[in-house]
Amino acid sequence: MISFNLLIVVSLAYVAFLFLVAFAAERRAKRDRGRWLRNPLVYTLSLSIYCTAWTFYGAVGYAARSGFEYLTIYLGPTIIMIGWWWILRKLVRIGKTQRITSVADLISSRFGKSTVLGVLVTVLAVVGTTPYIALQLQSVTQSLAVFAAEPGSGWDGRDFDSAAVWIAVGLAVFTLIFGTRNLDVNERHHGVVMAVAVEAVVKLFALVAVGVFVVWGMAGGVGEMLDRIDAAVIAEWHPVPHRWVGLIFLSAAAFLTLPRMFQVMVVENSDEKHLVTASWAFPLYVLIMSLFVVPIAVTGLDLLPEGSNPDLFVLTIPLTTGNEGLAILSFLGGFSSATSMVIVATIALATMVSNHIIAPIWLSSTQQGAALSGDVRGVIVLSRRLSIAMILMLGYLYFRLSGGGAALAAIGLISFAGVVQVLPAMIAGIFWRGANRIGAGTGIVIGFAIWAWTLFLPSFGPGAVLSEAVMAEGPFGLAWLRPYALFGITGLDPVIHAVFWSVFFNTVALVMLSVLTFPNPMERLQGAQFVNVFEHSAGARTWSQGAARAEDLLIMAQRIIGHGEAQEMFRQEARAQGIHGYLPEVTPELIGRLERTLAGSVGAATAHAMVGQLTGSAAVSVEDLIAVADETAQIVEYSNQLEAKSAEQERTARALREANEKLTAISIQKDAFLSQISHELRTPMTSIRSFSEILREGEIEPEARSRFAGIIHEEATRLTRLLDDLLDLSYLENGQVQLDVARGSLASVLDRAVMAAGLSAGRLVLNRDSTREAVQIETDLQRLTQVFINLISNAAKYCDAAQPELTIRVLDDGDLCQVDFIDNGTPLDADAQVLIFEKFSRLADESKAGGAGLGLAICRQIMDSLGGEITYLPGQGGPAFRVTLRRAAQLAAQ
Amino acid sequence: MNGPRRIEYLERDTYRQRRYRDAARALPVFATILFFLPLFWDWEAGTGIRPSVLIVYLFGMWLALISLSALISYLIRFSDGDSRDSPTEGDDR
Repeated sequence: MISFNLLIVVSLAYVAFLFLVAFAAERRAKRDRGRWLRNPLVYTLSLSIYCTAWTFYGAVGYAARSGFEYLTIYLGPTIIMIGWWWILRKLVRIGKTQRITSVADLISSRFGKSTVLGVLVTVLAVVGTTPYIALQLQSVTQSLAVFAAEPGSGWDGRDFDSAAVWIAVGLAVFTLIFGTRNLDVNERHHGVVMAVAVEAVVKLFALVAVGVFVVWGMAGGVGEMLDRIDAAVIAEWHPVPHRWVGLIFLSAAAFLTLPRMFQVMVVENSDEKHLVTASWAFPLYVLIMSLFVVPIAVTGLDLLPEGSNPDLFVLTIPLTTGNEGLAILSFLGGFSSATSMVIVATIALATMVSNHIIAPIWLSSTQQGAALSGDVRGVIVLSRRLSIAMILMLGYLYFRLSGGGAALAAIGLISFAGVVQVLPAMIAGIFWRGANRIGAGTGIVIGFAIWAWTLFLPSFGPGAVLSEAVMAEGPFGLAWLRPYALFGITGLDPVIHAVFWSVFFNTVALVMLSVLTFPNPMERLQGAQFVNVFEHSAGARTWSQGAARAEDLLIMAQRIIGHGEAQEMFRQEARAQGIHGYLPEVTPELIGRLERTLAGSVGAATAHAMVGQLTGSAAVSVEDLIAVADETAQIVEYSNQLEAKSAEQERTARALREANEKLTAISIQKDAFLSQISHELRTPMTSIRSFSEILREGEIEPEARSRFAGIIHEEATRLTRLLDDLLDLSYLENGQVQLDVARGSLASVLDRAVMAAGLSAGRLVLNRDSTREAVQIETDLQRLTQVFINLISNAAKYCDAAQPELTIRVLDDGDLCQVDFIDNGTPLDADAQVLIFEKFSRLADESKAGGAGLGLAICRQIMDSLGGEITYLPGQGGPAFRVTLRRAAQLAAQ
Repeated sequence: MNGPRRIEYLERDTYRQRRYRDAARALPVFATILFFLPLFWDWEAGTGIRPSVLIVYLFGMWLALISLSALISYLIRFSDGDSRDSPTEGDDR
């Protein structure tokens, strides 16, 4: 027999152990700044406050009553955690940059640091959570009652109520000690988190122990257990689709919005990476938590007499089978689940109540200068402590007034449905910049009202708050407003019915009003900060048109965050501005940072209001926003300019590179030219020298002498011609040519050229069309003749046809005149077409070449200086050159 | 300053990381479908699905999803600094 005293001793010992753990964690945290405590495992275990006593005891009862439906409560969070933890990651990042302290603070801060929204969410959270706290108290007293009911426990059943009181007081003491050690919520409650983590292990261990006992100790193995389940009442269960879907949604949504979950998940989070571990570790935890629920339920239904409370099977099975140690372990598991939930929920709610209700009231009651007079820090801590006491008292009162029992057991889902009303505002707030205060506020109010009407008020039982007539026929006989059948839809389960309509209208109001109304600048600013938190994590800027003195700000900061920290912060800020001492210039940056720091202690809305009192005007104007936008635009502009400059530099570099390549190529060309020219000069010189030597030695026959002299003369002429050409080219290239411009007909120029080319009769056949050649031109006729001579003699020299023919074709093209020289030899290939105009370029057959290969190069230079051009004309069946000239017609007309 | 421009094409490594994140995002969708599947089973008492099958199915799927999630979270890397917590305001850089 477990005596009541033993139970008390065990409980006290356990509580003492928790205190020790919390103390140790706090001390440790102080020593090494909590590095050791910040690990993913502790984080994951702290998330397990999702599993309260309601799930520890209640899941089995749930399974006994509604089969596998209890799983929905765990499947919802699983869906969120295994992949959509990036929603949480965004929340965590926002929580860090904006120093968010609670769900209410998140919503209030997002929607323009609105006090009204903060109050609204706080009220919602308190109304939704208080019954849940009551439920935890009930579960502990019920579990005590199980032991008391055992014969020989030596306990008088009347003491249950006082037990609940003592539990509440104990929890209050723990929470007061460890929950208000730090004023700054963001500094984390290491003691609390550690205690919660330890409790998570205890409850998991307890439930698994009972489960193992049931499966292997009683049923005899997994196979036997499955057979038993198939044979049990539970086998008649079948899923109700709308409940199955609805409850999975509800639990997933509640997982994100429950104040206690937000507390451990976002506020107490120290590293975003922990979320990645929790993404699989937390689902694994809840899987293990739910694994043995059905076996325990089935065994309990078999083993225990009809009518015993299935909610307590976890306790009664070990007790009935005489395993007292297991029963105590199980009791501790339930106790752990209840206490950890109550502690964290109380801290979360107390933060909200203190920051969003008490602090604003106090602030407005003391009016101007509140932040400067009085002990702000003391007031905040006191209000936090009062809030904790008040919330626990509310929970206790709810427990007493509702009288416990079945009505309370149903409160779990009802509470979920209440807090879920925050979901639309939360999700829209972090993903949709367009969501605004009016939409969010109205959505929450409407959702809250529908939830209260369709679920919360009826939950007190028929006749308690809503009369049976209202339940059956609707208020004032309006049947479409019946709480369980809005708009006459009767087929839905009350919970799903309430969740559906409340979230539906909540979202509709949020979207519609956000679309139709216009947000104030502060909302838009915060909206951008929240939605784009990963782009700029620097934190929002604030505004100061009024002249606040740095000293006033320091005094206020000292009163809230403490002297040391405030002075350190101001000194750092001053140093950053290059000022010695503790008083920096009051810049928007300073005020923004101060506001965020204070927000960690008192919430964004209150911090904003406090700083606003000092800086005079706390309001942001549209001009301010535009100024910021301008600043951003300037930065973007500057960066664009930089980019443009860098592109320009790149272009310049490329141009330089190209010029350099050209220079290199020219230098190579020059070298080639020099060696080429030496070669060209050397060949005739060599023959001149050798023949002149022969002549000098005498004794040569006159015939030979005259031949040799002829050769010398010929070579000398060639040299002269080469040098003439070179000189000519050089003049032309340097633009030193004097042009002797005259008017004349193209035909006469061509005639002269043909004659001068000295064509041997019959060797080359010329085709000319004299009618088309009657074109007046005005240019240097001598030079042009030179070009034509060159082209004609080239044709005569190089044409390799059996019967060489040269066609000279004149084309009249407006003010341009084109003269084509086409012979019937072999056309040049593509490479040659490019090279042909270069100096010393001679094609294949050198022997025929009379010149040095400068002819076409000179032609090109001449044409350049005459303002025309000479090009190779491909596709004419033979080598073809086109000379383009300016006609004189226009000139004559002028 | 990021400016209005976004990087259109990523390095192989970054690309892979993004796809892991995509996988993480898709996982809950599959989870939802798998968890809703029992609704379409034959639940006729006596002839239909036995509850032990549901237990094995649900917990099996659950475990498989957890394993996948563990695998993905093992593969996903966060660059340091984008997740580090700054203990006090004064520490942020």
